[in-house]
Amino acid sequence: MPHSHGSQGCCAYHRSHLTRHYKEPVIATTSAFTEGASVFGGLANMTQALSNIFSIYNPEIVAVHTTCLSEVIGDDIPMMIKKAQDEGIIPPGKTVIHANTPSFVGSHITGFANMTTAMVRYFAQRTTNAKNQINLIPGFVDPADMRELKRIAHEMGVKLVMFPDTSDVLDLPQTGVYHMYPKGGTTSAALKSTGDSLATLALGYFSAHPAAVELDEKCNVPCAFLEMPIGLTQTDRLIHALRNYAGVDVPASLNYERGRLLDVMSDMHQYFHGKRVAVAGDPDNVISLVQFLTELDMKPVYVITGSPGNHFESRVRELLKEQAPDAKIKQNADLFDLHQWIKNGPVDLLIGNSYCKHIARAENLPFVRFGFPVLDRMSHRLFPTVGYTGALRLLDKIIDALLDKQDRECPDEWFELVQ
Amino acid sequence: MIRLIPEREAQIVRKQSGQPGPKLACDRKSVSGSVSQRACAFCGSRVVLYPIADALHIVHGPIGCAVYNWDIRGALSSGPQLHRNSFSTDLQEMEVIYGGEKKLLQALRELIDRYQPKAAFVYSTCIVGVIGDDVNAVCRQVAKEKGIAVIPVASEGFRGTKKTGYMAACEAAYQLVGTRSTEGIGPHSLNILGDFNIAGESWIIRRYFEEMGVQVVATITGDGRVDDLRRCHGAKLNLVQCSGSMTHLAKLLERDHGIPMRRVSFFGLEDTAAALYEAAKFFGDAEILQRTQALVSREVGRVYPELARYREKLAGKKAALYVGGAFKAFSLVKALKLLGMQTVLAGTQTGNAEDYELLREICDDGTVIVDDSNPVELAKFMLELDVDLFIGGVKERPIAYKLGVGFCDHNHERKIPLAGFEGMLHFAREIHGTVMSPVWQFVPRRAKTTRPTAPAPLGNFQSEPPTGAPAPIEEALA
Repeated sequence: MPHSHGSQGCCAYHRSHLTRHYKEPVIATTSAFTEGASVFGGLANMTQALSNIFSIYNPEIVAVHTTCLSEVIGDDIPMMIKKAQDEGIIPPGKTVIHANTPSFVGSHITGFANMTTAMVRYFAQRTTNAKNQINLIPGFVDPADMRELKRIAHEMGVKLVMFPDTSDVLDLPQTGVYHMYPKGGTTSAALKSTGDSLATLALGYFSAHPAAVELDEKCNVPCAFLEMPIGLTQTDRLIHALRNYAGVDVPASLNYERGRLLDVMSDMHQYFHGKRVAVAGDPDNVISLVQFLTELDMKPVYVITGSPGNHFESRVRELLKEQAPDAKIKQNADLFDLHQWIKNGPVDLLIGNSYCKHIARAENLPFVRFGFPVLDRMSHRLFPTVGYTGALRLLDKIIDALLDKQDRECPDEWFELVQ
Repeated sequence: MIRLIPEREAQIVRKQSGQPGPKLACDRKSVSGSVSQRACAFCGSRVVLYPIADALHIVHGPIGCAVYNWDIRGALSSGPQLHRNSFSTDLQEMEVIYGGEKKLLQALRELIDRYQPKAAFVYSTCIVGVIGDDVNAVCRQVAKEKGIAVIPVASEGFRGTKKTGYMAACEAAYQLVGTRSTEGIGPHSLNILGDFNIAGESWIIRRYFEEMGVQVVATITGDGRVDDLRRCHGAKLNLVQCSGSMTHLAKLLERDHGIPMRRVSFFGLEDTAAALYEAAKFFGDAEILQRTQALVSREVGRVYPELARYREKLAGKKAALYVGGAFKAFSLVKALKLLGMQTVLAGTQTGNAEDYELLREICDDGTVIVDDSNPVELAKFMLELDVDLFIGGVKERPIAYKLGVGFCDHNHERKIPLAGFEGMLHFAREIHGTVMSPVWQFVPRRAKTTRPTAPAPLGNFQSEPPTGAPAPIEEALA
């Protein structure tokens, strides 16, 4: 049970927001701060909350995230957890974990990384029984992506512990029954075992690497700092790492998948060549996407992320030094910047989350929805963007967006049946 | 069996015939540790003032609060779209330590220069309340510099539920009232309070009044404009739709400007007709009354045949509703009745004791009435009561769908106007579309049961026109 330690709105807002993206019920409890709590601290609220949560909703784990208010008034969450433990409010065998997630530090990616790291901090244990398994930290991607990563590992015969894992949690089938705790996701036992794994593969500098570092420091698990497996090269890297660390061969089935992706890239390369693209989104996702776009010979001329972090700019600059050395790249940017740039130097394609649709409409741009949040379409939660399969889907969406616009707007004499 | 939180038991009652039953506990703070569907004071303020389209809305605080209400409400504007931006001062750690006043000042200057708004609203978030920024002083300074009203909204989230935020919003909006000439406002004039022009509903209502010959001075806040607010004290009557959010403003207008208020609802035929007659009766003008009667007859006549067809299909179906305010709940229960449906669960986030008493009165026996519910309870009741339809908002939608229950968004994510006579038709179409959707036959839970589908005869349409009105609606239908 995720628990929001703050005012009610913090909890209601993120639940609504996540519901709009995932189209799934998203639950979380709240400490329901009042004016009193803001003066006297949130201990009483936390104690009552934990007591209620365990007696009514009966979760295995309560994952507390903090809010601006609780941070500023100085609530000490570990102390509160310890006190609840001492007072017997936390039933035996149950766990309360926490992460500091005030909105005034970093972005939602910071919060994601902090909670992922908390999973390591509270659960990972090194025992004497080494396990023939690989830890995979996927970064902030959709349930379909997580499912795809597990499928790739399964194809290769690699046993994975992936965390976090929203597949079969935020993409549930319609059964006519509501499950507060769906069967999917990572178990606490699996999280404990991450300390005994062969290695950790962390897919993303911002969202995944911090947890891998923690795991290395805490349990001495070797880690590979990868980027998100979006596009051909990045997926190759993941598969290469899985092969190396787990000591397995790459099955023919994956080679075929790769071959099909390469085939489409070859068949359609003339449509991608030289196209100017604007990209906005979360840093790890954008870094890998930019690399994929360069593989397609597209020119990502404007690349922004709303999250802070110098690594973003330097990494994207490095990726673009051949194809778009003059690209405008900005961390901690907003869509206003992007829109101004586009007005001054048009692009052929816009890739980003739903908020970009205002720009797409204003500038009449082909628009591919990518990343978080997607509030106005549904396929993001069903089909991956990671892996060779995900790359194929992205290609399909890009081609559709470009050619649909051309078919709609070109003069009659240029309107072609065959592309 | 899903259990209830013991502390919440007093907030749930089941209506039993002839018995007054236990009083529903409400107006309570949510229990710490519950999965409440409620939001905070900030949210309440934000939703009420949001539709004022030519004002600058800036959220003073860390970025999260602004992001979560960025362009998520379908409160349409016929002109400026400035309100759809959720500007934020994006406070960072250093400002939390050293104060955010400078950043607010800079943001206000920059945004006012760029967008030339008619006024600016500055929303305080939790943090601002704690770090002690003097938001009022900054607002006064900028107002002086830029020559527009810059209004602080005391909307710190921890102050309370949405209701607290509504009050703060009313106080803020009221600062504009009375600052412009009321010239040109006639004796037959009114303000519409508490309609937010979701999917264009204010436009429908405004059209009715214009046809009746009644001047609408300000729609507050749907498709709202600063200048309208500034002169709304010249109107002779206030019609309050969303009473939860706007009663306070209406009371201020009554206190200081002697404008009487009437609680109305524009949802459903009965309530829409009653609202229009209420206004007509108030002005006591024979011509207005006549035009109102003609309008009601025509509009009801236009939608009734189609409604009757839906009623045949929907008769006996069971509905659950969980909405923000109580007045909407009353209208929905009545509107569902008109469609032959039975409301078996009715709940609100913020109703008060009086509201729940009235809700109990208009509901059928056995109806479960809840205050400040949560997904577990709602799911439990949906299954136990075996409902065919759920009416709610964004957080309820996926639960209903997971359970294989039809859903109608009667919150800010509705895409079609549900107000007025034509709104009732849209409502019926939407209800029919979702309740009768072929998709539910595939839901495993549903596949095993057979549903009763006996059509009920079309009942008489009940509505009391005001005394002296030329003809009741039944005759208009004949």
